[in-house]
Amino acid sequence: MGWLSEALGSSIGKKFVMGFTGIGLILFLIFHLVGNFTLYGGPEAFNGYVHTLDIVKPIIRVIEVGLGLVFIFHIYNGIKLWWENKKARPNDYKISAKSKNTTFFSRTMIQTGSIVFIFLVLHLATFWWLFNFSGEPHEKGDAYYAIVVEWFQIPWYAIFYVIAVILLGFHLNHGFQSAFQTFGWNHKKYFPFIQKLGTVYAVIMALGFASFPIYFLFFYGGN
Amino acid sequence: MSGKHLNLKLKIWRQSGPQTAGSFVDYQIEVSPDDSFLEMLDELNNKLESEGKEPIAFESDCREGICGTCGLVINGQPHGPIPKIATCQLHMRNFNNGDTIWIEPFRAKAFPVLKDLIVDRSGFDAIMNAGGFISVNTGGVPDANEILIPKEIASASMDAAACIGCGACVAACKNASAMLFVSAKVSQFALLPQGKPERFRRVEKMVKVMDDLGFGSCTNTYACEAECPKGISVTNIARMNREYFLAKVKSKELEV
Repeated sequence: MGWLSEALGSSIGKKFVMGFTGIGLILFLIFHLVGNFTLYGGPEAFNGYVHTLDIVKPIIRVIEVGLGLVFIFHIYNGIKLWWENKKARPNDYKISAKSKNTTFFSRTMIQTGSIVFIFLVLHLATFWWLFNFSGEPHEKGDAYYAIVVEWFQIPWYAIFYVIAVILLGFHLNHGFQSAFQTFGWNHKKYFPFIQKLGTVYAVIMALGFASFPIYFLFFYGGN
Repeated sequence: MSGKHLNLKLKIWRQSGPQTAGSFVDYQIEVSPDDSFLEMLDELNNKLESEGKEPIAFESDCREGICGTCGLVINGQPHGPIPKIATCQLHMRNFNNGDTIWIEPFRAKAFPVLKDLIVDRSGFDAIMNAGGFISVNTGGVPDANEILIPKEIASASMDAAACIGCGACVAACKNASAMLFVSAKVSQFALLPQGKPERFRRVEKMVKVMDDLGFGSCTNTYACEAECPKGISVTNIARMNREYFLAKVKSKELEV
């Protein structure tokens, strides 16, 4: 299998890994957002959703491991690419004209990705850990919804959440179309559509996820 | 026909050799707006020589935009601010009186600076030697139109072949990636029936050499297409990726 690791380790192979894992994460985010919308249905709806996931916990655990690996590959490979690409130009230009020939989104993938990564760690340490391993929801009697409300009403957490998901939107706006280009699916007829679809997707994800902390911080009046 | 002369401040990268550190040196020059960019440098060099100073080393050959020899980064843009032209086709009328112009060499690990504004682009030759050719056995001259090639395929191949190998894509890319160049060369052959027999070996070898030379990876910012003097499209990179995947899956060679 030396040929396979050589292929995936090449410049094009690394792009492919980024695109492939990126598409996996893009699909995951859709399910995540749809599930989260149960928050707007009140405590019963959201707790019911969490319980439904609990019933199929073994399957969820397997998916989580897969998802974890996808995240790790995407992040590891992304940092590796960034580092190698830095080394490909040891002496940078004095004058940069990057804003004239590239989009802001395409230039800042490492920055937006890094902030989203910090957010991811915080996000897992709060909701995911609390829901799964802390026992807190059970002690308080089905307090999943209450925990979400509690955290989102902490201003710094809510604000960081909003900033992070907006940057996630920036990341997705470039990543979506970039993945298709990497796979070689650049076609005159479809690629402009893919680029627009990527932007629409990114905006929906950013606004969708940002809506939760905004709602609970400013508009939620309690039970 | 010539308008008023332009008074310009030039900040030019001077570096005496590959191993020495370089720096920007300021020059003041008065030029006609009808001058080309390279003519301006010629005039500056004449002046420097007459003063007994070392002239600025830069490359040029045809000076009509087809050889790909010239290539300067002008105010951060390879081949300057006007799209789809080489440095030699840039004229001073595109600048304003009193402008400061920064002139730098192409910067990439794989394009080491030899002197001042001259970089070593022999990496591109190494990539071409690895697979940028068609092995033709000798024999009788084939009849014209013996192999039918649809017009749009021939045009797509010619569009890719318009690449003059100047290296502006590498210079423009934030990752110093050579993928636009390599993909143009892969595409021009892969599209035509004559290039099909060697398509897998070609793309595998060219990509291998490209990686070994220390060019970066593509992150699809498309700066290369924006700065390419020949307007080579990034759809060629998509095609090269397809060729590469296919080659890796289908070719029977375990080692490239």
